[in-house]
Amino acid sequence: MAEFLKVDDINVYYGAIHAIKGISFYVNEGEIVTLIGANGAGKTTSLQTVSGLLRSKTGSIEFCGERIDHVPAHKIVERGLAQVPEGRRIFLRMTVQENLEMGAYTSSGSVSEAMDYVFEQFPRLKERRKQIGGTLSGGEQQMLAMGRALMSRPKLMMLDEPSMGLAPILVEQIFEIIANLHKNGTTILLVEQNAQMALSVADRAYVLETGKITLSGTGKELAASEEVKKAYLGG
Amino acid sequence: MADFFSQVVNALQLGSIYALVALGYSMVYGIIMLLNFAHGDIIMVGAYATYFAVCQYGLHPLVAVLLAVLISTLLGVLIEKAAYTPLRSAPRLSLLITAIGVSFLLENGAQLLFGADTKSMVKTPLISGTLNLGGVTVSLAAVITIVVSVIAMIALTFLVQKTKLGKAMRAVSEDMGAAQLMGISLNRTISFTFAIGSFLAGIGAVLHVGSYFQASPMMGSMLGLKAFVAAVLGGIGSIPGAMIGGFAIGIVETLVTVAGLSTWKDGVVFAILIVVLLVKPTGILGRPMVEKV
Ligand SMILES: Nc1ncnc2c1ncn2[C@@H]1O[C@H](COP(=O)(O)OP(=O)(O)OP(=O)(O)O)[C@@H](O)[C@H]1O
Ligand SMILES: [Mg+2]
Repeated sequence: MAEFLKVDDINVYYGAIHAIKGISFYVNEGEIVTLIGANGAGKTTSLQTVSGLLRSKTGSIEFCGERIDHVPAHKIVERGLAQVPEGRRIFLRMTVQENLEMGAYTSSGSVSEAMDYVFEQFPRLKERRKQIGGTLSGGEQQMLAMGRALMSRPKLMMLDEPSMGLAPILVEQIFEIIANLHKNGTTILLVEQNAQMALSVADRAYVLETGKITLSGTGKELAASEEVKKAYLGG
Repeated sequence: MADFFSQVVNALQLGSIYALVALGYSMVYGIIMLLNFAHGDIIMVGAYATYFAVCQYGLHPLVAVLLAVLISTLLGVLIEKAAYTPLRSAPRLSLLITAIGVSFLLENGAQLLFGADTKSMVKTPLISGTLNLGGVTVSLAAVITIVVSVIAMIALTFLVQKTKLGKAMRAVSEDMGAAQLMGISLNRTISFTFAIGSFLAGIGAVLHVGSYFQASPMMGSMLGLKAFVAAVLGGIGSIPGAMIGGFAIGIVETLVTVAGLSTWKDGVVFAILIVVLLVKPTGILGRPMVEKV
């Protein structure tokens, strides 16, 4: 199987702060891969770098066999790489429908078909299509953020802590949707602090600690590993 | 009664020009958090362009108008590209200082090139004549100013609310990072915002010359400051706010003048600024500053 996304030896700085220290990872087509790690480990920084919002000083990032580490951020999504950013970051002053339209900003296909697909996944959003994003509940905002990313029909979807701040029942629902998207052929790179949930759905996983990858393996292997249990699974 | 009506027309005429200029302030602030103090000076350049086109080169007024609006628009985009784009990720204060610098450059440049005196277009007005509205005589220039401004504002509202580019502008103004993840180009969208703002300023310039017949190097500075007050009063960043603020300032100035206190009118406008900043810094329609979580 071809490496779909290949991140090789990236170093990312915020001014003098060395946030990502030479990490490499890859995602194969059709996989769910998860990056787990504590607060401040560098998970968000990694995803932002793949999306082109931050730049690495070294190494390379390849997607579908092409270098993307010098592609401007706004040209990434049309290559089939979408991100659901941390904290959702939906457009709070726009309606649900407008938010979804923004997701299809560069897409050449039919916007209404894409929207139908999103509404199929998230019937809740359909009822609320005229509602202003800022007035949605946290769970609905997360669904909107995911729906918005789906509007571009991505080949690879990166999700940054989709379960953050949600009640357990909603977390399960979100993970079900992720599993469902995966079944429909979307490759997934999932960043989570909820290690248990993430490892249970992931094919493979990486553990990030203060800017370095310290462990990697299949979801099952890591879920069984003593180190992961101690640090991330509460014993 | 007729007197009252003609004062209302005066207020609306002045207010619509403030509103057009305030829109540019507000849109630019909304998208890159910059108080673009060079914005008023674009009016000045537009006014000179009109003056030279008509009085110097004898062009048809309509051609002069198109030329002035075009020059204003291009100037706005040029300023953005040359002075502000390189500072995209610099602290906002650097950007503000740069804007003040650009303003000085334009004002002094105009003084150098065109002289410090006021160029008058009284003898060759862009629009002349009067109109009889139900027994009251008003100048055609006033009617055109109000009508054109209202049309421009309706068109702008449509553009921002309904078109793809308008939505991109709103997306960028809310969250640049998220907008880029959607595939929206910051450079293009920000330039477009400056183009629209300066286009409106160009229209404002032409209407100003049409209404008050003059161009001078410093005219943009006071006009720009008052439009800035209008934008703050309406709620900086808000498009309907800029319109309301513009008309409000026009009405206040006219009232002060009618009361026989015309020497006080600038003072009153800046007193409004101080009161707004003290009492409700977000203005009439401004949103409370929400911290991003
Ligand atoms: N804008 C910034 N400026 C300076 N330092 C930053 C910035 N953003 C992140 N950092 C630092 O970079 C490191 C990695 O942060 P990052 O947000 O990638 O962590 P994370 O793994 O996503 O954490 P969390 O689980 O809390 O979201 C942290 O030490 C953080 O303080
Ligand atoms: Mg994070």
